[in-house]
Amino acid sequence: MWMEHPGWVLFGTWVAALFTLGIATFLYKDNPVYKFCEAVFVGISAGYWFVSYFWQTLLPKLGYPFYAGVKTMFVGPAEWGWLVLLIPGTLGVMMLLRLVPKAGWIARWPLAFIVGYTAGLRLITFLQSNAMTQLQNSVQPVVRYDASGQFLGWESFNILLVTVGTFAGLFYFFFSQEHKGVFGRVARVGTWFLMITFGAAFGYTVMGRMSLLIGRLDFLLADWLHLIR
Amino acid sequence: MRRQVPLLITLVVGAVLIIAAFIPRAPFGGLGENFSLYFDIIAVFAFLLGGGNLIRIHGMRLVRGVGMAITEAKKGGGAWPLRFVIEFPFLAFGGLKDRRGRDWFFSLITLLGFFAMLAAGLLKLGNPKGWQGNVTTPGAMFQEFYDSMFNPLQATMYALLAFFVASASYRAFRAKSVEATILLVTAFIILLGRTPAGAYVTAWMPESLSFLTIPNLANWVMAIPNLAGQRAIIIGIALGVIAMSLRVIIGIERTYLGSDEK
Repeated sequence: MWMEHPGWVLFGTWVAALFTLGIATFLYKDNPVYKFCEAVFVGISAGYWFVSYFWQTLLPKLGYPFYAGVKTMFVGPAEWGWLVLLIPGTLGVMMLLRLVPKAGWIARWPLAFIVGYTAGLRLITFLQSNAMTQLQNSVQPVVRYDASGQFLGWESFNILLVTVGTFAGLFYFFFSQEHKGVFGRVARVGTWFLMITFGAAFGYTVMGRMSLLIGRLDFLLADWLHLIR
Repeated sequence: MRRQVPLLITLVVGAVLIIAAFIPRAPFGGLGENFSLYFDIIAVFAFLLGGGNLIRIHGMRLVRGVGMAITEAKKGGGAWPLRFVIEFPFLAFGGLKDRRGRDWFFSLITLLGFFAMLAAGLLKLGNPKGWQGNVTTPGAMFQEFYDSMFNPLQATMYALLAFFVASASYRAFRAKSVEATILLVTAFIILLGRTPAGAYVTAWMPESLSFLTIPNLANWVMAIPNLAGQRAIIIGIALGVIAMSLRVIIGIERTYLGSDEK
């Protein structure tokens, strides 16, 4: 196939390299080259997700079952289960009516379905897996002993720290009470633990971005320019 | 009608899913599974709507911009198509006085990129096995677009953030308060602890003090104080989501319906 031809592969590498450099020009300032690359990215990514969802979700979950169901009406023992697919299909088409100014309000119906589904699902999943599980893990004995009955000081200290940190952090999230007095001091301790979490998250974010940068530099220097191996 | 029906849909769908969690038998269990399928399908239509909106917005901007550019070219007199070609860099790259007409060229590029991806993905143009082949097989044009354009553009966009994060942290990371100092020290420990430099810097420590080496400190920070903060945040978010979900389901929160009373 012509796309596997070495010349085409080389062309692809050059395109990728030039786009990489084009985006990197933003470090200087906003410029037409960057805007060009950005416009390509917007168009390509919208198309990519459009196509991906079309083949991975729309056809397998709506198109093929719908077609198979309609086919049974003509060539086999008729099945009626596919008719339920008319509900999401119709709601989906109603969603597209958002593009028609006078009929845009109809899109509220599928939107209401999405919102209701998300709210119902999230309420249960967050209650079960986040609130309950995390609280259950936080409410534990802080004094630990090993099998022979010897006190485990370091482990106990760590568990105490996690418990105190969790509840102090929760104190900070009570915005209905003014953070003053004992309440305020506990909330302040909570912010220290939150700051540790944010610091750790920041460190990981920087490392993630750096590894992406190293990946792009590696591509430019190894795959494109062949300066390193 | 325009507000009551959506509120009813939200109430029924949300309530069915909650009831299905407590009574996972017919009809609630089956309805919950069906709703999951409906959600997936409607969400895809939302993506199609996004594509349609992209065409609408950029198409309008393109038509308006080209119209203004032609008007600008005609002002000079003579053969305007020739002037349009000669002045193309000026007309295309933000030279138009009216702000609404600027950037039409980039809208054109966006639309070309979008349609090229659709042609390669939906019509399977340049697919080694034609209609029967998968668009993500190596050698397919859709996959080539992904490898040569989407992937490098996306990775570089995110990689750029490394510079901005470094620049922002240089300005923001000043130990002005206890909180800022804790954040600074934690980030420093994590950054050093997860790289070979951290192990190298504290390699001289004796075995008895190995818990003070930066990699071990980073592990402890992640496992203990970070866990406490994470738990507080997760529980806080969960309580917020539960309260907001209830407000949405019983119809107190209606902002998703928009503000017009038509």
